[in-house]
Amino acid sequence: MKPDQSLLQQPIRVINIGLESFSEDLRKAEIPVIQMDWRPPAGGDLRLVALLDSLAEEA
Amino acid sequence: MARSTHILKSSYFDSVVLMRVASQLKKQDDISEVAMFMGTEGNHDLLAQVGLTTVKSREAGPQDLIVIVVADSEERAESTTQDALSMLTDRNAGQDNELDYRPRTLDAALGFLPDANLAALSIPGEFAAREASKCIDKGLNVFLFSDNVALADEISLKNKARRKNLLFMGPDCGTAYINGVGLGFANIIKSGRIGCIAASGTGLQAVVCELDRLGEGVSHAIGVGGRDLSSEVGGLMTTYSLELLEQDPATEVIILLSKPPSADVVEALEALCSEFSTPVVSCFQGAELPGNTFIQTATLDEAAATAVCRVNGREHVPVPFNLPDRISDLLEERGNKAAGKRVVGLFTGGTLAKEAQLLLSKELGPVAKSFEEHAGHIVVDLGDDQYTIGRPHPMISPEIRTEKLIELAETGDLADCGVVLVDLVLGKGSHLDPAQELVESIETLRKRRELSAEIVAVVIGTPEDPQDIAAQISVLDAAGITVFRSNSEAARYVAMLAAPACRENYMKEAS
Repeated sequence: MKPDQSLLQQPIRVINIGLESFSEDLRKAEIPVIQMDWRPPAGGDLRLVALLDSLAEEA
Repeated sequence: MARSTHILKSSYFDSVVLMRVASQLKKQDDISEVAMFMGTEGNHDLLAQVGLTTVKSREAGPQDLIVIVVADSEERAESTTQDALSMLTDRNAGQDNELDYRPRTLDAALGFLPDANLAALSIPGEFAAREASKCIDKGLNVFLFSDNVALADEISLKNKARRKNLLFMGPDCGTAYINGVGLGFANIIKSGRIGCIAASGTGLQAVVCELDRLGEGVSHAIGVGGRDLSSEVGGLMTTYSLELLEQDPATEVIILLSKPPSADVVEALEALCSEFSTPVVSCFQGAELPGNTFIQTATLDEAAATAVCRVNGREHVPVPFNLPDRISDLLEERGNKAAGKRVVGLFTGGTLAKEAQLLLSKELGPVAKSFEEHAGHIVVDLGDDQYTIGRPHPMISPEIRTEKLIELAETGDLADCGVVLVDLVLGKGSHLDPAQELVESIETLRKRRELSAEIVAVVIGTPEDPQDIAAQISVLDAAGITVFRSNSEAARYVAMLAAPACRENYMKEAS
């Protein structure tokens, strides 16, 4: 482990995936944050997601 | 009763937004149900389970929004559906006006913030592991707020994160502080010399608020997920977090919070920490360890007070009450009105509920943990999965406690109740006025003569929190509710009201 590279020794910069309010709170605290426009993959079809993932792994 | 079903095609909304809008609209007297869900398989099952499925709702796919309203009349069902849709579209319109770019992929997000070092995820649990794994692949530390993540996925993600020297906080991680920045349900606290590691969200909130009240602050507080110290997960993130805090120059004392850990994990943690120069204060909720590697404490407040004494080079002597005179006055005033009667605890914080159960059962005997158990005393965690299916967590939406109180009153279950014990957890993300919500329900029940019990509330928060803790306490005070800032003191006081026999011992220890 290299402690000087751990998250604790760096100013945090956040990618927020989900609740918008978390981004808003971080922005208010002047923390760099980018809000993703996340949507369920494959239209939310979990079986299709698993299939796509296994194809990606094979590739 | 009239029911309206509306499907909004190809519109994704996150569940907390949907539940917030739904619970706001449900407050109207002529509206008995508002259900708003994305049409995922799980949500279709949920709608069927609560008997709300309609022919139309079945047509919705995973990217379609279902809005079902049950009202006194068709017009009201229809107008409330329209209100719901405008509330949601107004929110989206507001977002568009901000003109900020929202990337759809992680690669695009990293293009805009190339030196990002943390991903905060709060998406439905069934997708969380997949997205978290992608974040670790990109070298991001993870704060995973989502729950319902499979144990096997947790173990594999934590192993993967460890191999890359990354923190994986969660799943179901409610709160964390990194370099003074709060994530999730975070109270606004001072930065300082105490580092925390917690397998418990509200437990961590109670500890950091107590540290703040004692004038100390937090270097970092790392949430590790409730299962981290189980035999299966083996303390993967607790171990890594301990190593990081031991080497962190800002941290002088570490507090470690968890429900009782498994014996093999304790052994490994003790072996690790015995080499540390940083003292580790532990609070394992009811578990006493034979070894003395950790400075063991019995309650959250004691853990905080012990750590504060340690950083200031003093020994801590625990007392049951910090202001014994106040307790004597209260007991004198209340007399024996609640003696021998039931205690009903309705909590929004799981760890706070657990701590109250432990302290009360010591003095009162068995304390049930769910409404299904028929023991006399009961302390329930309303944030438990069984009470939050399809609803926001009670810290966000404490209406569930109001409903439970009214339900208990109507079934006559409050008739023999001497004390009602509740918690109010403030901070970012929590309800903005939980005191008012509680007081309104108590006053309604008092007017209907369905509640004569003493009400005791523990308020967890800091003066900088958005709810204004002083104003919250004033509202509770004005309604005759006895307020404590410490969960353990509140529970001990309640035990003394219901079981006068324990008063003498506690007061002797306190003086």
